[in-house]
Amino acid sequence: MGDNDAAMPSTASQTIDRAQQHLVVAALRSVLSADCVLHREEDTRSYECDGLTLYRQVPMVVALPETESQIAQVLKVCHDRQIPVVPRGAGTGLAGSALPHAGGVLLSLAKLNRILGIDPQARTATVQPGVRNLAISEAAAAHRLYYAPDPSSQIACTIGGNVAENSGGVHCLKYGLTVHNVLRVRALTMAGDAIEFGGCALDAPGLDLLAVIVGSEGMLAVTTEVTVRLVPLPQLARCIMASFAQVSDACHAVAALIAAGIIPAGLEMLDQAASRLVEPFAHAGYDLDAAAVLLCESDGTPEEVGAEIDHMSAVLRESHATQVQVSGSESERLRFWAGRKNAFPAAGRAAPAYYCMDGTIPRRHLASMLLAIQDMEAKYRLKCPNVFHAGDGNLHPLILFDDSDADSVARAEAFGAEILEKTVQLGGTISGEHGIGVEKLDQMCTQFDRATLDAFCGIKRAFDPSGLLNPGKVVPTLHRCGEFGKRRGSVPAQFADLPRF
Amino acid sequence: MDEAVEALAEKIRAAASARTTLRIRAGGSKDFYGNPHHGAVLDPRAAAGIVAYEPTELVLVARCGTTLAEIEAQLESHAQMLAFEPPRFGAGATIGGCIACGLAGPRRASAGYAYGGVRDFVLGARLLDGRSQLLCFGGMVMKNVAGYDAARMLVGSLGVLGVIVEVSLKVVPKHAVETTLQFSMAESAALNQLNTWGGQPLPISASAWQAERLWVRLSGSAAGVTSAAARLGGERLDHAFAAQSWHGLREQTDTFFAGDAPLWRLSVPSTAAPLALGQRQLIEWGGAQRWIRSDLPAAEIRARAHELSGHATLFRGGNRSAGVFSPLSLGLAAIHQRLRSQFDPFGLFDAGRLFPDTPHADHPR
Repeated sequence: MGDNDAAMPSTASQTIDRAQQHLVVAALRSVLSADCVLHREEDTRSYECDGLTLYRQVPMVVALPETESQIAQVLKVCHDRQIPVVPRGAGTGLAGSALPHAGGVLLSLAKLNRILGIDPQARTATVQPGVRNLAISEAAAAHRLYYAPDPSSQIACTIGGNVAENSGGVHCLKYGLTVHNVLRVRALTMAGDAIEFGGCALDAPGLDLLAVIVGSEGMLAVTTEVTVRLVPLPQLARCIMASFAQVSDACHAVAALIAAGIIPAGLEMLDQAASRLVEPFAHAGYDLDAAAVLLCESDGTPEEVGAEIDHMSAVLRESHATQVQVSGSESERLRFWAGRKNAFPAAGRAAPAYYCMDGTIPRRHLASMLLAIQDMEAKYRLKCPNVFHAGDGNLHPLILFDDSDADSVARAEAFGAEILEKTVQLGGTISGEHGIGVEKLDQMCTQFDRATLDAFCGIKRAFDPSGLLNPGKVVPTLHRCGEFGKRRGSVPAQFADLPRF
Repeated sequence: MDEAVEALAEKIRAAASARTTLRIRAGGSKDFYGNPHHGAVLDPRAAAGIVAYEPTELVLVARCGTTLAEIEAQLESHAQMLAFEPPRFGAGATIGGCIACGLAGPRRASAGYAYGGVRDFVLGARLLDGRSQLLCFGGMVMKNVAGYDAARMLVGSLGVLGVIVEVSLKVVPKHAVETTLQFSMAESAALNQLNTWGGQPLPISASAWQAERLWVRLSGSAAGVTSAAARLGGERLDHAFAAQSWHGLREQTDTFFAGDAPLWRLSVPSTAAPLALGQRQLIEWGGAQRWIRSDLPAAEIRARAHELSGHATLFRGGNRSAGVFSPLSLGLAAIHQRLRSQFDPFGLFDAGRLFPDTPHADHPR
């Protein structure tokens, strides 16, 4: 079954075995220079969490290799000694996928930050895992090319992390997620052997293991090199900002755009609470009286954009938009986006802390989901502005809470859990783009039955028979699902006939 | 599990106790594809029908036995399509077979939202594994990172992991306008031109080069296609003739595919140099897919593909004894073997079609 509760991370930080630490540091210093092996708490403390700060654990040791062969040696050292390894990029992940292990090595890939080559004719870039997402597009810009997936952390997040999380962004509906834009991943197994997944052709022989590596949250192999697809920079992009008096009108407008055969380059929605939250901060010019604001972007050649903007505007008006404003310049377009892109920092200013959720639901349920969240705001006595990737039904409710108040934290967590359960009920998923990590382990028990969870364990074993690579993430144990069922006061039907421990 | 799926599960259980190998086969339209088959036929077509299709969600869910003809007719009535233009190779072609074989047509290397192969449009799948368990991977929404993306791994799996009983797919709007341009061009000039155009914001949805002629299909809005066509020049082909010709490439009824000479498919980087194997050739996907009709030894063709950072498949005909697919690296092969034993611990499904030297349930090594 692969159940190993000793490997299960928890919010309570565990103490570090100093004797073991001493041995591992000595072994790693035989393969890395002394400054690339950190173990003093003042040095390792900054790795205690990723973007999910609710969970913290100081790692036993931090390794900072500089080359692929050093990574391989670190992995061999750990494999031989049965030490868990947690890979980490920039640490911007929001689900705790890079939460350290108290008895493990935190493997930072930050020093592998070189762009190895850009081939403008083939429209590919080959980069090391620690290269920042935005740095790829910046380097490709000289060739009028860019890397399409643009998570909102793109200034800081790395491509290795994007591969681990299958990161999205605001342009996924038209240009796809990481999985659609990565051609090849070179990676090391936990035993330290290099394997190439995919390649520079459009397909590779055998099973499509590249599709499994992408989004595997660092549990299957350690990425050492990535070849991504670059696409031509559009000649022009224009954005429409539309206001709606009813959230349901805005939701119907999204469906009407798709029904009209339009795939916008970006299609984002902010509810009134979100607009009011970001406007003082970003001065985007959002209509603060509107129940919802929709941002709808077209890109392409000037001819294409002109025709598409006309078509979009007509559909939005027919869908009862109260105001339709088209960006007249690049600076105005960026201003429209400024509010959406600053939603998280604005939430950070409006409350001591915020908890960003990440479910995806079929678009037709957007309006009912929003109503349900409104009810939950009253139930948990917490505010929850909403921003979403409306084009693909990916919601980002931002639960505002006070992290110095244990009761507020507990209410925020319960609020988040209820939103996730609702997304599953509506036929959606508990994570659209942030991943499962440790944050959503319980909700995995709701979304998947045990046979499927066991199949995930089987996939993990096929790539990492030792089970040492990033243990305890993504796939909950049988025991954990049982406990979760009890806490909820009922055992989910699909587990009713399973033995309990 | 409903009746049809339960009946399939029962057949898998029976095969497990009798130690028989199962060969999953629906319409049989792609019997020619892969290594020689083995085992008793398991026909999954009782599980059929479109389960859900909501055009404004851009998602279609269908049971494995649903014919591609039915699915594409449904989509057509809402001006939508399967972006990857799957070849049918016969009236009986089903969506299950389409996923299991993972073959895509001319639009595979399209610019814009239609870019991608079969795996790029798979959102979820239900699989009956070798223990007769129904596993549910992915879902019905565009963005979903819960659990490993095992649904996409089923694309091209040729049934070695189990019976794909249901699949959910992202579908896309049909383009308003399509135009095909023809150019006279030698092979290396055409490859160079296609890659140069690929780096420009042009609505190119397909390309084909053979016998010194390059065809380029533009798809998009009227405004976009008109301006791109004016920029590219060339000779504009008659619409009906062009549509028929692209269909001929997709279904391999074009004269290039006629006759018995072995048909090889080389998948290489689009910028790879000309193959220079001295054989009759058709180039698609902006240079990334190169078909040749050739009696050359498999080793020679594979060596050339490998030299160009690609791989070669003996797609149809010829001597299949050397294996139709390029062999895997040792590291990949080890993962494949372990995956198989996880999904099919009794070795019931005919894995030889993908991996030629796999032992069978009824002939264990």
